[in-house]
Amino acid sequence: MAIDFLYPLYEVIRNPQRCICCRACERQCANEVHHYDVDFGCMMSDESKCVACHRCVSLCPTRALKIVKTDHTFKENDNWTGKAISEVYRQAGTGGVLLSSMGNPEPYPIYWDKLLINASQVTNPSIDPLREPMETRTTLGAKPQTTERGEDGSLVCSMPPQLTLNIPVMFSAMSYGSISYNAHASLARAATALGTYYNTGEGGLHQDFYQYGPNTIVQVASGRFGVHTDYLNAGAAVEIKMGQGAKPGIGGHLPGIKVGADISRTRMIPEGTDAISPAPHHDIYSIEDLRQLVYSIKEATHYKKPVIVKIAAVHNVAAIASGIARSGADIIAIDGFRGGTGAAPTRIRDNVGIPIELALAAVDQRLREEGIRDRVSIVIGGSIRNSADLVKAIALGADAVYIATSALLALGCHLCRSCQTGKCNWGIATQRPELVKRLNPDIGEKRLINLLTSWDHELKEMMGGMGINSIEALRGNRLMLRGIGLTQKELDILGVKHAGE
Amino acid sequence: MKKVYVNEKWCLGCHLCEYYCAFANSGKSSMIKALKDRHIVPRIRIEERNGISFAVSCRHCNDPLCVKSCISGALSIVDGAVFIDSGKCVGCCSCIMACPYGALSHSENGVIQKCELCQKNEFGVPLCVQGCPNKAIVYEER
Amino acid sequence: MRYVIIGGSAAAVGCIEGIRAIDKDGEITLVSREPYAFYGRPLISYLLEGKTTREKLLAYRPADYEEKNGVRAIRGVSATSIDAAAHLVALDNGETLPYDRLCIATGSSPFTPSMEGLETVPSKTCFTTLDDALALEAMLGGRRDQRVLIVGAGLIGLKCAEGILSLASSIDVVDLAPRILSTVLPEEPAAIVQKQIEKAGVRFHLGESVARCEPNLAHLSGGADIPFDVLVLAVGVRANTALAETAGCLLDRGIVVDNRCQTSVEGIYAAGDCTVSADPDTGKRRMLAIWPNASMQGDTAGRNMAGAHVVFDKGVPMNATGFMGLHLISAGCYDGEPLLTHTADLYKLLYTRDDRLVGFILLGNVDRAGIYTALVRERTPLSSIDFELIRETPQLMAFSATERAKKLGGGTL
Repeated sequence: MAIDFLYPLYEVIRNPQRCICCRACERQCANEVHHYDVDFGCMMSDESKCVACHRCVSLCPTRALKIVKTDHTFKENDNWTGKAISEVYRQAGTGGVLLSSMGNPEPYPIYWDKLLINASQVTNPSIDPLREPMETRTTLGAKPQTTERGEDGSLVCSMPPQLTLNIPVMFSAMSYGSISYNAHASLARAATALGTYYNTGEGGLHQDFYQYGPNTIVQVASGRFGVHTDYLNAGAAVEIKMGQGAKPGIGGHLPGIKVGADISRTRMIPEGTDAISPAPHHDIYSIEDLRQLVYSIKEATHYKKPVIVKIAAVHNVAAIASGIARSGADIIAIDGFRGGTGAAPTRIRDNVGIPIELALAAVDQRLREEGIRDRVSIVIGGSIRNSADLVKAIALGADAVYIATSALLALGCHLCRSCQTGKCNWGIATQRPELVKRLNPDIGEKRLINLLTSWDHELKEMMGGMGINSIEALRGNRLMLRGIGLTQKELDILGVKHAGE
Repeated sequence: MKKVYVNEKWCLGCHLCEYYCAFANSGKSSMIKALKDRHIVPRIRIEERNGISFAVSCRHCNDPLCVKSCISGALSIVDGAVFIDSGKCVGCCSCIMACPYGALSHSENGVIQKCELCQKNEFGVPLCVQGCPNKAIVYEER
Repeated sequence: MRYVIIGGSAAAVGCIEGIRAIDKDGEITLVSREPYAFYGRPLISYLLEGKTTREKLLAYRPADYEEKNGVRAIRGVSATSIDAAAHLVALDNGETLPYDRLCIATGSSPFTPSMEGLETVPSKTCFTTLDDALALEAMLGGRRDQRVLIVGAGLIGLKCAEGILSLASSIDVVDLAPRILSTVLPEEPAAIVQKQIEKAGVRFHLGESVARCEPNLAHLSGGADIPFDVLVLAVGVRANTALAETAGCLLDRGIVVDNRCQTSVEGIYAAGDCTVSADPDTGKRRMLAIWPNASMQGDTAGRNMAGAHVVFDKGVPMNATGFMGLHLISAGCYDGEPLLTHTADLYKLLYTRDDRLVGFILLGNVDRAGIYTALVRERTPLSSIDFELIRETPQLMAFSATERAKKLGGGTL
């Protein structure tokens, strides 16, 4: 065997006093880390295969297992870290592009954690959400710019199509292909039960999920997989995907091995063929081109569905968003550089794009300045981890947020970031039937509902504390935020004062 | 009445139900004490083949053939559930002959054992159901 | 509604439970010749063997069973005649019981072969009731010095042998048939069981009968003489039909019943060993003198007596037993293509005919045998299941996913 210079990152620690050799770990590890050794009469493990997904740890009935980071080390070097060295070894060994999945894990600033939320004291009363009405319902879509009256002076109602959310959180785009049937089923059912929306991603809509159409956002991406009239009309809104936070500027690639019968039918491509999403939409090279697609979709859906345009947060995001607002889109979705992915080149995921907090503040500010903020709603995603992030996002100007990583965590994802292997032990990012069945949507749906229900409670508590009783009153209310440990430039972009000011 | 039902669609073949069963009926205070270095003889059993798996335990039939076949009166129905009095059982296997599910088996001490829905041990609700990670076994009214 | 049940074993208990499943209030009167509470007759060998106690044996049903089920039990009393026209049963204690529905569950009795000199044998007994077992125990006297001769190598004779293994100084078994368990097993498996019993010290004299008896000596037809102290007669049983005859019920070596367990006489039902019924396969009348059958027939009779309409047409001959640790389960008939599996811990014969499993024999590992029994009982077409798989081991995997979902996922079971 050639030397690969690589030492396993994790070690499987088994407490032999606790292990009863039930072999659940062995049966549950798709990476084949564990095996029962007949000669020794005990369980053994091969940590070189371990991805630290914790499936074995979670299922071990005697808590005999834990996964720890190896303390094996290279000679210390702050520049040439162990990671940097290993990546060179890996590429020297394979000659390939490094692949990763889920969101950017690198230690860039997390602005959510440098923002603090206000609360009322003395001079303005806080509100107890258990005693007084607290509105967390919100609507997304273009709002009328002026009041229209008919000849007899009565109001003419010409409200553009809207999405109504019981809680300002939606499940963002994850394609059937990148995630499993059961993961989709869980999201679709939870969105329906919660009164919010999930998003098909670019993989088309499985026949079984048309029933959840009123709570579905259907996506049109550069590969145009699975796009047809029924599909466009099946959802409550249509999203044009221009970019993704985890990999701005590049397309996608679902390997043919994952394109089984079901996915082939849903995506409308032959079984076993690679599904390649081009980096750009080949019919969009300008805002005018985008406008054409927006209106083509509006025509196809009889002007009854709001159209969302989703972009990755990049350097000129404010100007781009302004263009999108003028293209006729009803909603702009912006995905920050910590947004997840089923597979992306590591260098792109970890080095391209900007933090969503800065992008959001910049876009909201720009649209206000241009007087077109009401023409579009803003939905942001890219690592909303909890209800505090949600409150801060709305206060920075978002109408609602998209969550995906949090949703997958609720379904059991342990962020092992090995989606690209297709061997997800939690039945989420895999198409292998024996793994897919590990995610029972009855459980998945319940956990997603629990998560958002708890966030809703917390959201109401925080809003009440600020003396605010509607999302409307919180949106863009940056006075409710203060920065901590930020430079003046960062504060300026975020449009918030420093704590203490 | 509540019974244990199995949905093979969600069974992962992890066999944890068997271990939880063996523990539940061991009388020991922890699974480790009960099962460490022991060959388990559970009352619920996984069948698996070609990627399909499912657990089989007593169905607690409305009209149980095992009870009718029992020559010693060890098997009886109490509030719809079928119980076995191991003191009365002589291990004649008439119940094994009769049960269409193959849900009764020999226990470690030679007489017959069967699922009693954890009603006779300290847990009170079937521990196999509690231990199933994917709700492939449920305990409910149907 | 007044119900009267004559008999005190499996069929009678089945009948009580059948009636009570439908009618919670009707009066039930039970007349039993034996003075004991309900008990499992096949347990008597286990009693002598020490695997159960008299107390446990008599606890076939809980102590408050009769009270809870509203049963008036008249025990130690026999019914002598039935007046079917007047709906009356006469008892040997002088009482007369009126009935609306009657169930005859009088069972069977061992029949005594004509054997020259039998009357001269001082210590002899049959082996079907608790009294028989207690009598045998008394004859053996606990000194382990008595030589026992058992006439009959059927289930009763052999279970008796097993039961008294440690109580007798020697055991000889004589049977006219050339093999043991001749009504239950074909040659090869019978030989395996025989070897197992012989290992425990029992001696067999097969293909022979007792030509003549002296008080402590049996002259066999083959010429050998076997000295003995205690003689056990276990050559077979006959249906007890005398009572039914007085009611005018149609008889054919047993009381003829239809698949609702009704006799030819209105209002009179019969269940258990005393009956004969049509084999659903051949249409021929046969006696199924086995415990589960009695229990299920009793249940059927009871429900029909209480006004329900239920049919019992799934009576299958079957036996579960064991000798010296070797388990034996068999069911159905052996008229089919035999498929043999013989390994260290298992001797298995499956018999198939016309896309059905018609019978099977398992020796040794009998795990999940009921899955085979169900195939026989339900006449499941083998083409609807994975027979190769189920032939290997009894398992539900051999059924279709839909069938499994039905079996394991609920529905009416």
